[in-house]
Amino acid sequence: MQFDQILQYSLSGLSTGAIYALIGVGFSIIFNATGIINFAQGEFVMLGGMFTLLFLETLKLPLWAAIPCAIVASTVAGLLFERLAIRPLRQATPINLVIITIGGSILIRGLAMLSWGKDTHAIPPFSGDDPIAIAGATILPQHLWILAITVIIVIVNRIYFYHTISGKAMRACAYNRRAAGLVGIDVHRMVLFSFIISSAMGSIAGIIVAPLTMTAYDVGIMLGLKGFCAAIIGGMSSGIATVIGGLLLGVLESLGAGLISSGYKDAIAFIILLLILFIRPQGLFGKAESERV
Amino acid sequence: MLEISRITQIFGGVTALEDVSFAVKKGNITGVIGPNGAGKTTLFNIITGIYTQTSGTVFLEGKDISGLPPEKLARKGLVRTFQNIELFGQMTVRENVMVGMHTKSSCGMLSCALKTPWSVSEEHRIREGAVRWLEFAGITDLADVTSGNLPFGKGRLLEIARALAVEPTIMLMDEPAAGLNSQETLALGLLIKQIRDMGITVVLVEHDMELVMDICDRIVVLNLGRKLAEGTPREIQENTEVIAAYLGEDD
Repeated sequence: MQFDQILQYSLSGLSTGAIYALIGVGFSIIFNATGIINFAQGEFVMLGGMFTLLFLETLKLPLWAAIPCAIVASTVAGLLFERLAIRPLRQATPINLVIITIGGSILIRGLAMLSWGKDTHAIPPFSGDDPIAIAGATILPQHLWILAITVIIVIVNRIYFYHTISGKAMRACAYNRRAAGLVGIDVHRMVLFSFIISSAMGSIAGIIVAPLTMTAYDVGIMLGLKGFCAAIIGGMSSGIATVIGGLLLGVLESLGAGLISSGYKDAIAFIILLLILFIRPQGLFGKAESERV
Repeated sequence: MLEISRITQIFGGVTALEDVSFAVKKGNITGVIGPNGAGKTTLFNIITGIYTQTSGTVFLEGKDISGLPPEKLARKGLVRTFQNIELFGQMTVRENVMVGMHTKSSCGMLSCALKTPWSVSEEHRIREGAVRWLEFAGITDLADVTSGNLPFGKGRLLEIARALAVEPTIMLMDEPAAGLNSQETLALGLLIKQIRDMGITVVLVEHDMELVMDICDRIVVLNLGRKLAEGTPREIQENTEVIAAYLGEDD
């Protein structure tokens, strides 16, 4: 009985963890390109779900068309956010910019509340909701969608950052911004790219999780913070470390909620965050003296 | 090629450069020398858009380039190397050079991200091209080493290779021989001459007089923010004012 339960909680934890991973990688990409923590990241997750709903219900598009439209709309929102809120203040210190992102997130949330109301909405699952049995546990098709899409995005990300010249240029900015400028890389454009990529990733996370958890104007706060935890566990790496961080967080949270009490679900995430910050601020896998450029 | 026209730079109450003018001829190696605090690095920082001068103008091929940010200058063919080498420390040697070729890539973010066959061949072409610059700098054997682990002298060569990958028309080098041993300095001198022979104009700030006298076609001497002299290495060596500035006057 106990084993079945653990398996069940772990499986559902993995899919929530995958969502945290996607959001966390979004945090890391922006952090590496700009040195700021974009606390508006969670709002793009929310926008992904809400825009899907808009295209689905108000504009009556089929699901397969509503999803790409929602990703595009959220990405445009990310682009505008960088252009209107971050770029004009480029000379500002990181701490000012971080506060701007908090302000931005409150604004986006407020606008979402005004446009869509305070209700919680559901998005239909991508391929039905007949549970699939796996060794005594059951999962939903949507869980599989989440895991598959996460894996694909992580792979595409990896290829982009390590095997294309544009991705290399972005990494170069993260390592040494001054040298990047000197070889003709337009650092400001790379910052814009980083916002585009992470808002797209955030919105995808928001869309694939919405059929399971429902969506509302304020889901971005919690999801954003959990994604931030994942990024911290991963040492703000935009690669596999943050993905593992997200999965770990998801599984621990789910086990804790299932085996101890569901009331502690969110507390577990933040206890992990605090422990990491106290004991290994460089991330679970980071080298102690590693310097982030 | 490059014309410095009446540059003045004031930091607070300190005049770092005062009314400095000189022109760099195409295809030459021009050395900028002077005692510590003469304003050499300040001048370089102005030319490369890191500082904005108090007054005066910098022209590149007749066009005013004052105040342009480094990435715009690089696209116009002006690159620079630093005294304390600036590499992408967590990337391999080859990747550093590939990033230098970034401006030559026509592949946008979307097609790169989607990995269209065309962008794959682009990446392949750039990878091949990078080898050429590694060969030129003589560091092909280090291609897959993480650049942060390179010894200083090799790092310098990599920085030069990366700058060349931008395909510049003019290259500014800030104390390229600093921190190099005499053998490395000798090799560096040859490399800089080869760069010139490729048709790239070179301007360098350098303290190693032997190197400067050996490779430079023209020399500009700065002292206390002013231009003291300008001429061929021989003229400079015989210039009494220059000797006085370096060795101190007798009285």
